[in-house]
Amino acid sequence: MANLCGVVGIGQTKYDAKRIDVSMPGLVREAALRALEDADLTFADIDAVVIGKAPDMFEGVMLPENYLADAVGATGKPLLRVHTAGSVGGSTANVAISLITSGIHDRVLTLSWEKQSESNAMWGLTVSPPFSVAVVAGAGGFFAPLIRSYIQRSGAPEDTGIRIALKDRLNALKNPYAHLRIEDIDFDKIASSPMLWDPIRYLESCPSSDGACAMVLAREDLAAKAPTPAAWVHGTSMRSEPTQFPGRDSVNPVAGQLAARDLYRQAGIENPRQEIDCAEIYVPFSWFEAMWMENLGFAPENEGWKMVYEGATALDGDFPVNMSGGVLSSNAIGASGMIRYAEAAMQVRSQAGEHQVEGARKALGHAYGGGSQYFSMCLFGKEKP
Amino acid sequence: MRDVAIVSFAQSNAAREDRNEVEILLPVVKAAVASSQLERSEIGFTCSGSSDFLQGQPFAFVMALDGVGAWPPIKESHVEMDGAWALYEAWVKIQTGEVDSALVYAFGKTSSGDLAEVQALQLDPYCVTQLWPDADSVAGIQARLYMERAGRSERDLAEVAARSLRDAQSNPHAVAKGDRDAEKLLAEPYRTSPLRDHDCPANSDGATAIVVMAGERAKTLCERPVWIRGFDHRIDPPALGARDLTRAPSAEIAAARAGVGDDKVDLAELSAPYTHQELILREALGLADDVRINPSGGTLCAHTMMSCGLNRIGDAAQRIAAGEGDRAVAHASQGHCLQQNMVCVLEGE
Repeated sequence: MANLCGVVGIGQTKYDAKRIDVSMPGLVREAALRALEDADLTFADIDAVVIGKAPDMFEGVMLPENYLADAVGATGKPLLRVHTAGSVGGSTANVAISLITSGIHDRVLTLSWEKQSESNAMWGLTVSPPFSVAVVAGAGGFFAPLIRSYIQRSGAPEDTGIRIALKDRLNALKNPYAHLRIEDIDFDKIASSPMLWDPIRYLESCPSSDGACAMVLAREDLAAKAPTPAAWVHGTSMRSEPTQFPGRDSVNPVAGQLAARDLYRQAGIENPRQEIDCAEIYVPFSWFEAMWMENLGFAPENEGWKMVYEGATALDGDFPVNMSGGVLSSNAIGASGMIRYAEAAMQVRSQAGEHQVEGARKALGHAYGGGSQYFSMCLFGKEKP
Repeated sequence: MRDVAIVSFAQSNAAREDRNEVEILLPVVKAAVASSQLERSEIGFTCSGSSDFLQGQPFAFVMALDGVGAWPPIKESHVEMDGAWALYEAWVKIQTGEVDSALVYAFGKTSSGDLAEVQALQLDPYCVTQLWPDADSVAGIQARLYMERAGRSERDLAEVAARSLRDAQSNPHAVAKGDRDAEKLLAEPYRTSPLRDHDCPANSDGATAIVVMAGERAKTLCERPVWIRGFDHRIDPPALGARDLTRAPSAEIAAARAGVGDDKVDLAELSAPYTHQELILREALGLADDVRINPSGGTLCAHTMMSCGLNRIGDAAQRIAAGEGDRAVAHASQGHCLQQNMVCVLEGE
């Protein structure tokens, strides 16, 4: 990596089903100001802004970043808008990081958001397209068959998904920003929740949230002066593959494996399970934690579910995953990837409060999107790479 | 900064297409890659620009990527912006040293809806969009204010249209073209006063693709590589009442930072969908009177939304490569009334 980049400020909004207390500009500004406050900076210190969100139809505003330009302090500055489906929160941060590592800018604000209450995500995802048939099944309808296929391949016990959901929902109770904080959550409550898309139950699914997440990035010498020690970027990676073709493995996609391998190579990591302390992974439906453990190289193929059963991915396990409660607990779609990055960076900055992993030195942020075909990742470290 | 050159460029014939976006795009990508003399597997990065709202469904770019191909998996990204910003992202990626080359493409099918109305969705969704101000009317407000401030007349606007239409005659990719003088144009009725049809963009479906390569290798791929010497983009506030619509402050900053004024400019390709916007931009970019403006006929004669900015860069590069000049300025714009502007300075080898 040409120049080093550090995360010096992180800001999140409270995630909720309907943030009717703020407009879209109010929502993004809330996250931006919190990130700037964390970095002890103001908009005047920012050279460029990189915004991400999922389809514009989720709010019904075309290219909304143009409308949000002054709300994020971008007047007179470069403003880029990234959109790579569900992985967008991650890839937006990756693009922002490249503005620092390329030496083009000194400090960059990056922000991802979604205000799903402005529209209806289910509609937004299944609007009748001009040249094909509308499925009207939402994301769950698309991903359920992949999970069923995983169960068949791995022989994972049927309650694996419930255990993952329970773990994430318990973690969410320790995260003040989480949308879903279900105080009386337990195994039975999840098991008895309605089956939405077999094998995905209601409480194994992500919610629709309003929210925004922002990070302030800085070049090495400026990051070294941050009031709270920076999270250093040890590597970033992105890979894409087509939605479908004969022989494609959409359960354990090659693009995800390659992106992980590229990331570990950049970060000098040989044994990811040993050398990485914790991870924030994009898990919109519970079972995907087990699947991504394999895809990311933390578990051998067909054995990701065992990490769940052994409690390895619990907050007090040897490899905690989704300490924040994850996408299952807050899902402002366009922001979800960046929240993973931000939460991973918070861990190595010892900022995660009640859901802090003791002694976290290296943390992975991960996002995926489309038909499990877009991947973005970043590895954050307490020390410089 | 690493030297990055545009080594190939292809565009679709602008028109109302009965093909879908992917069908319009594929031959263009294929042509750009073929003339770059690179194998797809040699291209380090892929980046595209498009808008879901033109296609009328989410994830327009996913369908495009399926068509363009991404197997084995590729390093790829997408901006929900004009493709000129996809080129910028690719240029940044090359600056990191991670890759040396990139395929950049953009597409938009404006004929799926009424574009001027669709663009109302870019305005303030709480207070303005509900009034459904169409893009032509919004531009008309800007034109009126500009003419008053700069002492320009409808004839000045018609002169821009007459020259553009004349130049477009030699551009097979232009939609609007013809030999009509300002007198004749001014006899036409208003579309939305003070703008007549010829002052408003000829909306078109279209796709554009460009291949860029860093350093010495670019020289082996084409006869005259066209180097990106300056590249900057800026944005102004969105509210129409919050900024001076008669100027483009963000274009001024981008032009200064890209170094437009550092040397003589031979030609400029400007993303000015409306005639008065060309005049605003000439002023903002500080272009001298002898600079050849929009020899392609420009965005006025083929408004391929989401790809027209990238197209301006490709058009300018193609003319420099062909020896029509040594230094060109290409400009891209987004948002109502030139809200967001990009300036790219190109120089021939």
